[in-house]
Amino acid sequence: MKAGVIVFPGSNCDRDVMVALEQATGRPPAAIWHRETVLPDLDLVVLPGGFSYGDYLRAGAMAAQSPIMRAVVAHAEAGRHVLGICNGFQIAIEAGLLPGALLRNAGLHFVCRDVWLRVENAATPFTRGYRGGDVIRVPVAHHDGNYFADPETLARLRGEGRVAFRYCAADGDAGERANPNGSADDIAGILNERGNVLGLMPHPERLADPALGGTDGRPMFTALVESFA
Amino acid sequence: MKARVHITLKDGVLDPQGKAIGHALGNLGFDGVNGVRQGKVIELDLAATDRGAAEGQVEQMCRRLLANTVIENYKIELID
Repeated sequence: MKAGVIVFPGSNCDRDVMVALEQATGRPPAAIWHRETVLPDLDLVVLPGGFSYGDYLRAGAMAAQSPIMRAVVAHAEAGRHVLGICNGFQIAIEAGLLPGALLRNAGLHFVCRDVWLRVENAATPFTRGYRGGDVIRVPVAHHDGNYFADPETLARLRGEGRVAFRYCAADGDAGERANPNGSADDIAGILNERGNVLGLMPHPERLADPALGGTDGRPMFTALVESFA
Repeated sequence: MKARVHITLKDGVLDPQGKAIGHALGNLGFDGVNGVRQGKVIELDLAATDRGAAEGQVEQMCRRLLANTVIENYKIELID
């Protein structure tokens, strides 16, 4: 798999995801500065976590206007894959790659801890390393992760299997107590209509190595490698 | 010409910051505040001198960057 990671001013999980990708693919991914206008030939573009442009105006709003994002949108429109993690999810939404919006957390707090996720759709190149219904532990670290969409959009996401991950309790039960940010329908990650763009608030790259205290995030990267083998 | 853009969350979109401000006002003894919604104001200094052209330009700015119309409303005020 040929992977590339876009680096924006204020990205801070770019290195983490590059390490996770290198472990999965055996070679370092391309690091692409946001001022670039052309992407190399890639199977996967990752929009990494962080605080691009200091979250000015709205989280992800400025980065979505970066020169490289035209090429990223074209990459997605060509059916190639894009993974947006945390700030990358916010950027993907602001760039129109995914529907809805990410609001300030309902509890107003910056939430930085491990959460449990239930795999809702394991039939995608991103999630085929899991089984549907698997409960995995992945960290979150965000202030604006409260997923919002109008009722029609939420119904479409549900009906079309486009909710990839939901927040849940350790036993897999969904519900308010397991939802760290007030997201509608406990949504932690969604797919676009075509299924080639995934955005999620939790950080699989932060638990993708035993040295980090867990490996529940690793199957996402190994599954992507298998998908593009 | 100057323009002032008022950006507010749409009705029905949760505004936890507005809610927290409302609680704080209650703690300060301000009774009778039924609700608080907070937003932002962006002031623009424009080269345009024609009101219609300025309004059209700011409208585009709002749609493309200043507001996220999934969750926000905007109101444009032109100041000569």
